Amino acid sequence: MKKKLTTVSFNGTKEQEIALDNVIAEHKDQPGALMAILQKAQGIYGYLPIEVQQHVALAMDIPLSEVYGVASFYSQFILNPKGDYAVSVCLGTACYVKGAGLLMDKLESILGIKNGEITADRKFSLDATRCIGACGLAPVLTVNEEVYGRLTPDMIAGIIAKYKD
Amino acid sequence: MENMVNIKINDREYAVPANSTVLEAARYAGVDIPTLCYLKDINEIGACRLCLVEVKGARGLAAACVYPVNEGMEVYTNTPKIRQTRKTNLELVVSAHKKKCLTCIRSTSCELQKLCYEYGVDEDHFQGNNNAYAIDDTTPYIVRDNEKCILCRRCVAACKNMQGIGVIGANDRGFDTHIASAFEKTLDQTSCIGCGQCIVACPVGALYEKDDTAKVLAAIADPTKHVAICAAPSVRATIGECFDYEPGTDVEGKMVAAMKALGFDGVYDMNLTADLTIMEEATEFLERMKEGKNLPLITSCSPGWVKYCEHYFPEFTDNLSSCKSPQQMFGAMYKTYYAQKVGLDPKDIVFVSAIPCTAKKFEVTRDHQNAAGVCDVDVAITTRELARMIKQAGINFRALDDAKFDDPFSIGSGAGAIFGATGGVMEAALRTAAEVIEGKKLEKLEFEDVRGIEGVKKAVYKLGGKEIRVAVASGTANAKRLLNEVKAGTTKVDFIEIMACPGGCVNGGGQPTQPAVVRNNVNLRELRAKVLYTADKNLDVRKSHENSAVKKLYDEFFEKPGSHKAHEILHTSYVKRGLK
Repeated sequence: MKKKLTTVSFNGTKEQEIALDNVIAEHKDQPGALMAILQKAQGIYGYLPIEVQQHVALAMDIPLSEVYGVASFYSQFILNPKGDYAVSVCLGTACYVKGAGLLMDKLESILGIKNGEITADRKFSLDATRCIGACGLAPVLTVNEEVYGRLTPDMIAGIIAKYKD
Repeated sequence: MENMVNIKINDREYAVPANSTVLEAARYAGVDIPTLCYLKDINEIGACRLCLVEVKGARGLAAACVYPVNEGMEVYTNTPKIRQTRKTNLELVVSAHKKKCLTCIRSTSCELQKLCYEYGVDEDHFQGNNNAYAIDDTTPYIVRDNEKCILCRRCVAACKNMQGIGVIGANDRGFDTHIASAFEKTLDQTSCIGCGQCIVACPVGALYEKDDTAKVLAAIADPTKHVAICAAPSVRATIGECFDYEPGTDVEGKMVAAMKALGFDGVYDMNLTADLTIMEEATEFLERMKEGKNLPLITSCSPGWVKYCEHYFPEFTDNLSSCKSPQQMFGAMYKTYYAQKVGLDPKDIVFVSAIPCTAKKFEVTRDHQNAAGVCDVDVAITTRELARMIKQAGINFRALDDAKFDDPFSIGSGAGAIFGATGGVMEAALRTAAEVIEGKKLEKLEFEDVRGIEGVKKAVYKLGGKEIRVAVASGTANAKRLLNEVKAGTTKVDFIEIMACPGGCVNGGGQPTQPAVVRNNVNLRELRAKVLYTADKNLDVRKSHENSAVKKLYDEFFEKPGSHKAHEILHTSYVKRGLK
């Protein structure tokens, strides 16, 4: 299946572009530089939108399709921007059997976005994640670095409300 | 003497070149090892696991296409273990393949279908992961059906390695892997040039030309329409392959007869407007040389190349010849000059071209290609589509008596004939330019330095005491190399011919598909080009300016090459598209 791709517009800054150019200059002539450059580009921008990948492709004189092929192959590369509050629901085995799927459903309906998407105001993004090692608290979700455990769907609204304003 | 090694293939001894792969060596033993992903020099990745062989002492089975031979090696190509493994691998491939074989465009020419038959595959043995993908038919030339794709990556390699473009690649991973453009853009949103080299590389029906035969058949069936067709130089050199002739068979007479049998009101030779192109282009070249402006002049006959230039080298669009391509010149001339002459309303004419090219389907939709107020050419059909129409009509191609093109557009010179091969346009132009400059007849017509299938050719000719530096490139990766040299100033040149497809139109993206086993072992470009050079040699008229039909066009209508009227009808303009 094709990946869902963001429609939220790019808002990179001049400083970010300079930082990216420095990264490219540093790695350009190394064999297999693309992975390293993409990893650092993600560090600069938080994700790898088309504008960033196109910039990398032109600077390295390789087709954009090759850059995207690598970026879409590895799950650690992020193609869609994260919100100010990145909500991640653990869908690892323990959380899943404890009803994490229901948490995801609830989040989708409260935030009005699907798994992998971001709200139009860029405030919240929603992702499923693999086991985060907090099985004792299953089912868990995280908002940025905060961990919430032993959840039921009716607790979701309260958690989101904390970040709304 | 080549370095040789001794190896055993199926217990018999052979001496084979030391740099061969097992796949190449097996041919010495008269064995064709099956392949799906391998294309010589283009895609050598050992991915499809169909060419597996047993190598004594090696761990597991080896992929013959990428396994080098060495002294004393013992190879087995047909053991029960190999047969079973290949069969299982085929069953895995077809498990994720949309098996709509009955009506598939590649039925009977599909490499997967042939292998499945040979190996007795049960197509339902495995239940595969069949992801749903929308068919991409957003361009006027190429259609992609990813549900039929077997991920061999031949198209990706043709686009990226051979053409130096790379608008497609493998996206995502595992069962979700699919071939598409970056960020899932449809092909029309990319800098694809429409050359169609991906189509002729595809072993299955995942890539094909946008079929326009229905438009042609509907026009023929409409009594209010006058439907004419003209055949590009190289179609006669290749369409025989669709009717089981050996590659390199000239079937001009039968092709013309088949076109007439299909019911066209006029069947014409595009070699004529190839000559007309030369008249205009040679004149343009001499003018630019005089003025020293927009040099080097670069040919504009290949619409794939023109689109490539507009996307990737927009700084060179002023160097492009303003001449329309022979296809567009024919339609423009037909709907102006001929329509007036015989009293036809251009609106009632449906002008069709038979071409070796998928990019021509884009060319007919371009702006400023409407000399008579309606589009110059209505439909461009590839060699494959023409063959399809002939088969559907039940015409027994091989049994047809040879026929001749219709007057008054039946005459093409030898110079027009060689347009379909790399270097041909340059040679044709030089024959005319040389005689104009020198003011006397050439003693030797052949400009051999620009012939041949090398990617880039350069030569210097002394014409009228002046040195003319020419270069010829075919395949856009070679064009890129040449243009970068011109940009850097390391190559100084006055006149460049570029064709988008490697080898020129004879190897175009609209030409008959040939399976990998043929492509890897037979030099198709050379065989097909030979048809054109032989035709040239056998013609009495071998220079565009000596073509009596062309002279008549100027006498009766266009006045002289480069005239105001010629510019209005036979010339066009370009856009700087930039990278998308």
